[in-house]
Amino acid sequence: MIAVRGLAKRFGYRWVLRNLDLDVAPGEIVALLGPNGAGKTTLLRILAALAKPSLGQVSVAGARLPDEARSARAQLGFVAHQPMLYADLSAADNLRFFARLYGLDGGRVWELLETVGLAGLDRQPVRSFSRGMQQRLSIARALLHRPRVLLLDEAHSSLDQEAAARLDGLLAELAAEGCAILLASHDLARASMLASRIAVLTDGHIAAEIPRADFTDDLAGRYQAAVEAARA
Amino acid sequence: MPSYWSAVRAVLWKDLAVEWRSRQLLAAMLAFAVLVILIFNFSLELDAVARRTVAAGVLWSTFALAGTLGLNRSFVLEREGGALDGLLLAPVDRSAVFFGKLLANLLFLLILAIFTLPLYALLYNVNVFIPGPLLVTGLGMLGYVAAGTLLAAMASAARTRDLLLPMLLFPLVIPVLITAVRASSGFLSGLEMQYIWPSLNVLIAYDLIMLATAYMVFDFVVEE
Repeated sequence: MIAVRGLAKRFGYRWVLRNLDLDVAPGEIVALLGPNGAGKTTLLRILAALAKPSLGQVSVAGARLPDEARSARAQLGFVAHQPMLYADLSAADNLRFFARLYGLDGGRVWELLETVGLAGLDRQPVRSFSRGMQQRLSIARALLHRPRVLLLDEAHSSLDQEAAARLDGLLAELAAEGCAILLASHDLARASMLASRIAVLTDGHIAAEIPRADFTDDLAGRYQAAVEAARA
Repeated sequence: MPSYWSAVRAVLWKDLAVEWRSRQLLAAMLAFAVLVILIFNFSLELDAVARRTVAAGVLWSTFALAGTLGLNRSFVLEREGGALDGLLLAPVDRSAVFFGKLLANLLFLLILAIFTLPLYALLYNVNVFIPGPLLVTGLGMLGYVAAGTLLAAMASAARTRDLLLPMLLFPLVIPVLITAVRASSGFLSGLEMQYIWPSLNVLIAYDLIMLATAYMVFDFVVEE
């Protein structure tokens, strides 16, 4: 569902991603872990067709990027650092607007507000929401069109324990339905709980991939060793 | 996937809904426009003939200055909270986003005109509620907004966007402003149509060129 081969991305003279290969199959949750500045957000933005690769081949839901970006965008959902919402509109109006951009009717809006636990606050302007509530609404926005590929950049940040657990359950459900999920995170414990594989991104390339069968008590040690080996 | 026009309508609806909820933009534009008209009126103590001569210039200066406030806000709104990325993620032709925002900006300027033209007509003792000046207002505003919406999208990515937009916009819209002033003056002073047509043709050509340019380049403008 996601296939990346020899991906490189340059900003000015600086290569942020170098010779990166990554695959995510339908129904798979892959956790993307790496230190700050490793290139996680850049990789997700390229997969979301918000940035263009400098080199390499990228395919999302069968659509080659950047040439078939519109087709890819119809099948992917993206939860980024920023909520991508309009602060002056209500929660329901925000979702209604994005639903119209995906050619959907309003029924899905109420279903998702219920799913993320914001049904009673649908008329409140987003400006009055806490960061965690905005994040929940942002997750609802990303799921409006039932994406086949879901990209999440630190999606659990700002969520309280209950909302984080609700998101974990939702991701497991989506994966069971065949959605390919790539989850960028710093939370190794959560990643090991959710993911079927951990990809360690360091200095712009995948330094190691740890399959679920190898998730041991010393997962943190293995992760750290992979990061340090890549830097050496 | 939605049709092109339903995406345009969705963006237009969203901009109107944001303005309806926040009530920031139109109030500021109106207050600014009224102030400009009053300042010009009391600073230029002119006789009736001279007043008619400068009237069109005052009107278009007012529209251009007040319009910049709205254009600046137009894409700043999209950059707040990364909302522009949300728009760009949608499976729609990106020019539909441009035309949705253009229509919203045009509507805000037309609302501004509805409120300011009566005051202007009263103070400058000119009748602008005749087809000619209204046509020039529509054509001139369309060109101004087409150029302004495109440049606002470009400027919004810069840290100095508040300074950048007027610096980029005014050189680009000088042709449309000068031509609109000429055409408006022609109508207000009762010139025959044969003297006004060239100005109208320039306005139409400018509008078409700016709309076509924006249609072609907007995707590159908003690209990272």
